[in-house]
Amino acid sequence: MRNAMLIDSADDVVVAIEPIGKGETVEYDCNGEAVQFPALEDITIYHKVARNDIPAAAPVSKYGQHIGVAARDIKKGEHVHVHNLSSRRENLG
Amino acid sequence: MTFYGYRRPDGRVGIRNYVLILPASVCASDTTRIVAQQVNGTVTFNNQNGCSQVASDQQLTMDVMAGYAANPNVYGTVIVSLGCENCQMDLVAQAIAERTNKPMKQVIIQEVGGTLKAVDMAVRYAKEMAAEASMLQKQEFPMSELILGTECGGSDPTSGLAANPLIGRLSDLLVADGGTSILSETTEFIGAEHILARRAATPEVHDRILDIVHRYEKALQLVGEEVREGNPSPGNKAGGLTTLEEKSLGCIHKGGHSPVNAVYDYAKQVDPKSGLVIMDTPGNDPSSVAAMAAGGAQVVVFSSGRGTPTGNPIVPVIKITGNKLTFAKMEDNIDLDASPVIYGSKTMEELGDELYQMVRDVACGKQTKAEALGFTEMAIARVCNYV
Repeated sequence: MRNAMLIDSADDVVVAIEPIGKGETVEYDCNGEAVQFPALEDITIYHKVARNDIPAAAPVSKYGQHIGVAARDIKKGEHVHVHNLSSRRENLG
Repeated sequence: MTFYGYRRPDGRVGIRNYVLILPASVCASDTTRIVAQQVNGTVTFNNQNGCSQVASDQQLTMDVMAGYAANPNVYGTVIVSLGCENCQMDLVAQAIAERTNKPMKQVIIQEVGGTLKAVDMAVRYAKEMAAEASMLQKQEFPMSELILGTECGGSDPTSGLAANPLIGRLSDLLVADGGTSILSETTEFIGAEHILARRAATPEVHDRILDIVHRYEKALQLVGEEVREGNPSPGNKAGGLTTLEEKSLGCIHKGGHSPVNAVYDYAKQVDPKSGLVIMDTPGNDPSSVAAMAAGGAQVVVFSSGRGTPTGNPIVPVIKITGNKLTFAKMEDNIDLDASPVIYGSKTMEELGDELYQMVRDVACGKQTKAEALGFTEMAIARVCNYV
C-alpha cells in the first residue's frame, strides 16, 4: 500500500501520508514505479522518512531544494526531524 | 467566468456591502463596537493602535485604516476618533480620500461631548449609510476584477503537499483570467527567497523581493532577535515541519507559477489586474490578512494544516486544509478539504477548478465558514513599541 509521497525525484526524504509503524514497509511512487523499504522507527503521519542514507553534514532535499543539513548520519528508513536535521542559511547570491 | 458584485464610485468592485465604523484609535474602539452593534449591515474592529506611535509605526496603522475604508467590500465609512490621538481625524480622512471617493462621515468624541453623544451621532450616520447601501444592486463582472489574498497559517507538511500548491493553482487560474493574486508573509519566504526572486518579472522586482526579506530580518535584529527563533512554531514542528527553509518552500507554493510583477509594502493599495504580486507582511495571520484587505483584496484563501478559525471584518476568508485528519476534526471551520490531491482521488487540476468555483460563489455572496461563525479577528503590524 502506498503510504508515503515523494515530492521531487531529487529529494532525500519522502513524506508519510499514513501513520507508519517501526518495521512496516514504506512505499512510495517514483516515476510510476513503487519503491519500498522498511521503516526503522515509528513515523507520525505527514512526517519525513529518509529514502536513502544521508551522511552527517550533507544537505537534505525536499521539494527538490535544500531544507537543511544532516546533524548526524541518517539511515534510510529513519525519521527525519529536529533531532537529526538542522536549518542552515545558504549563501543565496 | 463572472461574478455578481457591487460597483463603487472609485471604479473598484466589491463582493460585500458593509458600512465600516472605523475607530481612529484604541480610545474610539469601544465606541465603534457599540455603534456597530446598534446598526445592521455595519462592521468594525478593535484598533489597538492609533496613538503613541513613532511615525513609521503609525504609518502602518494609517494604511490599514485607509485601506479598510477604501476596500471595495465597504460601501462607506463612519470614522470615529477620540480627538487627541496621533491619528487625527483630518489625517485619517485625508488618507482615505487619497484612496477612494466613497461616502465618509466623521465623529470626534471630544468635540461632540462624550461617548453617548458620539454614539448617537455615529449611529444616525451609520443607519443612513446602511440604508443607502441596501439600495445598491449587484451587477455582473469578470473575474479579472478580483484581487485575491493568499495566506497560510498553522502550517504542517500537508500545506506544502496539497493546500498551498492548490492555492497556487487557483492563483494561476485567476491571473490567467486577468485578475490579481497577492502572495504575502515575508518571514515565510526566508530560505526560499532566491527561488521567488528568480520569478520576478523585472530586475527591480527581483531586488525588491530580496530587499524585503533582508529588511525584515534586520528589523528584528535591531531588538536583538532572530526571525528564526519561534519559527517553525511548536505546532508546525509537531505536524512534521523541521526547518524554516522547509516551511518557506511550502509557503511560496501559494504563488503558483506566474511571474511576480510587483512588490507592495504593508497595506499599500494594490492595482487591480496586476497578475501575481507580493506584499511585505508578517507571517502572523491576522495582521497579514488585514494588510491584504487594506490593499484592496476582496477575498482571501487561507490554507491551514493544523486548522484555524481566523476571519476578517471586511473580507471573506476561505479556509482549506490538505490534512484529512484536520478536516475531519475542524470541519466547522474549514471550507475545503484538499487532501484528495495527496491520496489520488482527485487531481490538482480538478480540485483547482472546484476551488476557483468556490471563490466565485463566495464572491457572489456565499458565506464562508469564518463568516457564518462571525470570526472577525484582526491585527495591525507594528514597527516597535509604543512611546
